[in-house]
Formats: sequence, structure tokens, C-alpha cells
Amino acid sequence: MDAQHLNLIYLIIAAAVATFATRVGGYVLITQLKHIPPRLEAALNAVPAAVLTTLVAPAFVYGGFDVAASMFVAFAAGLRFSTLRMLLIGWIVVMVIRHLVL
Amino acid sequence: MDRDEFRDGVRGGFPIMVAASPFGALFGALAVDNGFTIADAVFMSAMVYAGASQMVGIELFGNNVQPWLVVLSVFAVNFRHVLYSASIARNIRHFTPVQKFFAFFLLIDPQYAESERRAERGLPVSFSWYLGFGLIIYFPWLITTAIGAVFGQLIGDPRVIGIDVLLPIYFLGLVLGFRKRDRFLPVVAASAGASVLAMHFVGSPWHVSIGALAGVLLAACLPLERPASDIPAVEREA
Repeated sequence: MDAQHLNLIYLIIAAAVATFATRVGGYVLITQLKHIPPRLEAALNAVPAAVLTTLVAPAFVYGGFDVAASMFVAFAAGLRFSTLRMLLIGWIVVMVIRHLVL
Repeated sequence: MDRDEFRDGVRGGFPIMVAASPFGALFGALAVDNGFTIADAVFMSAMVYAGASQMVGIELFGNNVQPWLVVLSVFAVNFRHVLYSASIARNIRHFTPVQKFFAFFLLIDPQYAESERRAERGLPVSFSWYLGFGLIIYFPWLITTAIGAVFGQLIGDPRVIGIDVLLPIYFLGLVLGFRKRDRFLPVVAASAGASVLAMHFVGSPWHVSIGALAGVLLAACLPLERPASDIPAVEREA
């Protein structure tokens, strides 16, 4: 293995350590507290919606008409159906727009 | 190890595995494109196991960005996991230290979200369930990375086969799963607004951390209607 390839291996290991640090860091910090204040608890309850929204909203706004339309229909479907059906319906919408409409 | 719980986890993780597979293949293809060998690509998927940050990492690596900056960017993309690990602490307190090690290693977005939902429904977040859910996503992730690395050129433009909409829609489904929680609408509005603005003015990947912090801070600042810990999660769901 040449030096350059070895550097890549080190880089991947460093990236893995950095990622693991984020996955254990919050737990380490929060377990230092004996009592969790109500405002912190409210903040933690908001984590799923707050974080996952940031993976959705920019795609909807900047993804173009086809992506936005597909996500909108999937949203409506998601109020009634399972996630797997949402995925299928959203995928059908984007494929129809890309291959049949535009 | 409880077999029924494990099987329950595998069943729950299956649709996520399906949705993530094209991205595993896409990562493998991009990695080879950016100078990785097939083994390097699988090694990175196995060690880092965080799709979006892996894509950012190989992109920067391919552009000869300095190594420390590549690692910092991976850290930035994955920063949201700090919030996950703080939030999931309540539900995995009963895990042994070794179980916790594996639990944190496997703590990807859907793993966190489904654990929260399971606890909210009053079901036990057992290690068997957690491992079943995690492994049905982890091992196919390695396999699809290898497939993508070998057949990279065959995938072509992911837009043509429409796989680029799968992840945002999948995450949208996860967000909707939490719509009965207190302060859901203000939190989502704050995170959506902040992430869209941050994407425009600061750029990716910082929009994730900035948007998440906006929603979480808002939740902490809103008046406390009732002490959240007094009401069992099951009751709120009902």
C-alpha cells in the first residue's frame, strides 16, 4: 500500500471517529446532569421534528418544480398512508412529470 | 436476545433499507469516481455509516481539499447526531455499556426517529429490537456500496430513475410521525425557515445545524404549558 493510499485510510478513520463523537457526545453531556430542567426537556422533545425538517424544507424549496410537486403529493398521502406508500406515490409523481409531462 | 423483538426491528427497518439502497449504490459509484478503490468505498461505509456525510467527504477528497477540512466537514454534516444522542438517552438507559457502544455506532436518522416513536407508543426500546432495526440497514448499506462501486457507471444520472426524491420524502414521512407532539407546528416552521435561509446565505451542510438549532431553541423558549415529564408519552399519543 503506497503512502497516498495509506493517507486515505487514515482520513476515513478520522472521519469515522468524528462521526462517532457526534453520536456519543450528546449522551455524555446529558448524563452529566442529575436533573433535567423542563426547558431542556422541551428542547429535547423538539429534536426529531427540528432536525428532520432541515432535511426536507430546502429540498422542497430549491429542488425544482418536479421535486416540490412530488413532495407535496407525498405529504398529502403521508397524512393517511404509511411511509412506504408515501415513497411509492412520490416516486410515481416525479417519474410522470420527468418522463411524460416535461 | 429476544427473537420476536429482533424480528420486529428487522421488519421496521426493511422499508428504510429499501429507500437507502440507491444511495448506497450512488455513494459507491461516486467514491470510485473520486479515486477510491472498491474496498476503500466499502471501508468508509462500514466505518462512518452516515450517508450524507460520506458523500460530502468523497466530494471534498476528490477536489483535493486538505484532510483536516474534510474531517471537519464530515463532523459538521453529522453534528445533528449530538442532539439525537442527548435525546435518546432517556430510552436506552437500560442498555449495557457494550450495547450502548453499538447503539451509538448505529445511530442514524431513521434509527433515532423510530426509537423515539417506539418509546412514545409505550413499546419497549429493547436492544434486540434496536439491533434488528440497525443491522437490516447496516449490512445492505455495505453491499449496495460495493455494487455501486463495481457497476458505478451503469447508474448514470439518479434523476432519470427518480431516486433523488426518495430521501426527502422519507424524511418528510418521519417528520409527520411526530405531528402530535407539543409545539410541533412552531418547531417545524422555525426549522424550515431557518434551514431554507441558511441554505441560501451560508450554504450546505451548515443549513442542517442552523435549522435544527432554530427549532430546538424555539421549543426551549416557548412558555411551558405543563411540565412535559408529568404526562406519560402514551397518554399524549392517545
